[in-house]
Amino acid sequence: MTIMKNFSRKQFLKTAAGAALVLVSKAFSTPVQAAEKFFREPAWKRKKPYWGYAIDVNKCIGCARCVDACKTENEVPREPFYFRTWVERYILRRSGEVNVDSPNGGLDGYLPPADPETVTKSFFVPKICNHCENAPCVQVCPVGATFLSEDGVVLVDKKYCIGCRYCIQACPYGSRFFNPITHTADKCTLCYHRIKKGLKTACVEVCPTGARMFGDLSDPKSAISKFFETENTQVLKPNLGTQPKIVYKGLDKEVR
Amino acid sequence: MDMAIIEMLRGALGKVSGFIYPNELELQWSVLIVLYPYITGLVAGAFVLASLERVFDVKAIKPIYRLSLLVALAFLLVAPLPLNVHLGHPERGIEIFMTPHTSSAMAMFGFVYLWYLMVVLLMEVWLDYRKEIVEWSLSEKFWPKRLFYKVLTLGVTNISPRSLEIDDKLGRILTVVGLPSALLLHGYVGFIFGSIKANPWWSTPLMPVIFIFSAMASGIAGVMLVYMLACWARNVKIDMPCLDTIGKFLLTAIIVAFSLEMLESLQTVYEAEEHFDIISLLVEGKLFVSMILIQIIMGSITPIFLLGTVQLVELPEKARKIFYALAGTLALIGILAMRWNVVIGGQFFSKSFLGFTTYKMELAGREGLLSAIGLGILPLFILAALLYLLPPWEKTKESI
Repeated sequence: MTIMKNFSRKQFLKTAAGAALVLVSKAFSTPVQAAEKFFREPAWKRKKPYWGYAIDVNKCIGCARCVDACKTENEVPREPFYFRTWVERYILRRSGEVNVDSPNGGLDGYLPPADPETVTKSFFVPKICNHCENAPCVQVCPVGATFLSEDGVVLVDKKYCIGCRYCIQACPYGSRFFNPITHTADKCTLCYHRIKKGLKTACVEVCPTGARMFGDLSDPKSAISKFFETENTQVLKPNLGTQPKIVYKGLDKEVR
Repeated sequence: MDMAIIEMLRGALGKVSGFIYPNELELQWSVLIVLYPYITGLVAGAFVLASLERVFDVKAIKPIYRLSLLVALAFLLVAPLPLNVHLGHPERGIEIFMTPHTSSAMAMFGFVYLWYLMVVLLMEVWLDYRKEIVEWSLSEKFWPKRLFYKVLTLGVTNISPRSLEIDDKLGRILTVVGLPSALLLHGYVGFIFGSIKANPWWSTPLMPVIFIFSAMASGIAGVMLVYMLACWARNVKIDMPCLDTIGKFLLTAIIVAFSLEMLESLQTVYEAEEHFDIISLLVEGKLFVSMILIQIIMGSITPIFLLGTVQLVELPEKARKIFYALAGTLALIGILAMRWNVVIGGQFFSKSFLGFTTYKMELAGREGLLSAIGLGILPLFILAALLYLLPPWEKTKESI
């Protein structure tokens, strides 16, 4: 009470004016440096190991052995609408028309394009979960059943998932599906059971052309680190701020 | 494995148009998730109507004050059911409350819901009925009912004028707290959709605001129709000044909701971002009937025209009643269509913006049409039970 009594109106005004002055002077004296403000040290500089993944679009031949290997390794239902990874074919035509297909995720092979003389270019784009640093699926999960692991992999705890499917809605890449056996959300785990033992992911293991690369980003000498550092790469839908850890080399502007 | 789903999806494969990511064939949120914002909206709207009497002293709608509260309560009790029925593991649903993930809009909705149910609505109904509950607990002849009221008194039997005065004051405070809570409740439902940046059909900061105003429209229309039906069933004359006032509020709510929706559409068309082509195809194609015809023309413009006519032209009582009943029904259908267009419409197009999937509603089954109809009319049965146990009429008779 005595403190309150002693704190007169004059003193209050003095303190308020002082505080305002400090704030104003701070605003003028130390302008925020954009470069400092926006620089974020990547997580793999702090944590070890930290897994990364890269795809070289120019090397992919669309054989879909990766899709097959993934389904076998991870017991993904063999239906044409459940995939942890799939391969899309893009056909760009002289008219500007873009045709995309992925028959059974690529497993059924691709028919030769109609009117081949109008085709300007065609290429294959393998897709998997982007293991985003800022993953929207992790953000929206109501019970925290999906999470970013210490080593940079987005995982689902299928014993905890309640099956609300909010994460599937939140994923901009269509990387998740609802598993009809477990009745929970399902997605690429980067073959977590394999990489923990020092093995490669199934898709990388079987890729005959080396279009898919995987490794430890925290090791500066690893091939994946070199790839991240030296190649010109892109990520999918960068405007959404999800910060994918799957990077693409040679990605065309038409790829969605 | 769930073979029914697999069979259904195999059938859907041939109906895809353009390119979709292969996992997008299955439409994740079914008709049950259409019901969820619809029911929650009715709750929020009915409560806002009740608050108008209590907080803003709109005397004319006194006859429907208690009825609005009971409508809100009946629908609120059912609101989380469609969500839980829809879960892959309904038995784990409780985890949303036990181990909530604080960054999840869905998890936080659980707490907003509990707050609203426990602290606001139940308390308010109890305080408002306390005097009668005590009286009924003594006078009721049928003993199970008497016991029910006795339990409901919670052991507080003091109904002295001073005590009732305190009740009234507390009730008023609760309504003042309740009004933002009701808006928060439904605004939050809008946020569950509006915060999904992966989906441009949902991702707009206007979503919670649009949801709030359409909720008001649906709740007001709902209470209005229940009131008209109840009067007809009880063979009591409708209090016309009350009905006219509700009509005015309904008109206002529909106009605001509709204007916001149109502003949002204008923004989408004008900005014409990457997703514009697929969105315009969606509206012209798969959503033409449910959006252009039902939501906009039948559910918004027609009620505005009907209710506007009542304001501009002096109509006899009978015609006004018909206009109100028609406008209320159309508004309710239109808002249900709006929920459909948001929830189902938002899942039709691929996030590659290159194609569409399809949705075939099951008839039976956990997430089928029958289940949805069941959950949709369940609140009406609860309302009937509430009207039987806590008749809201006594007080209104005095006031008429």
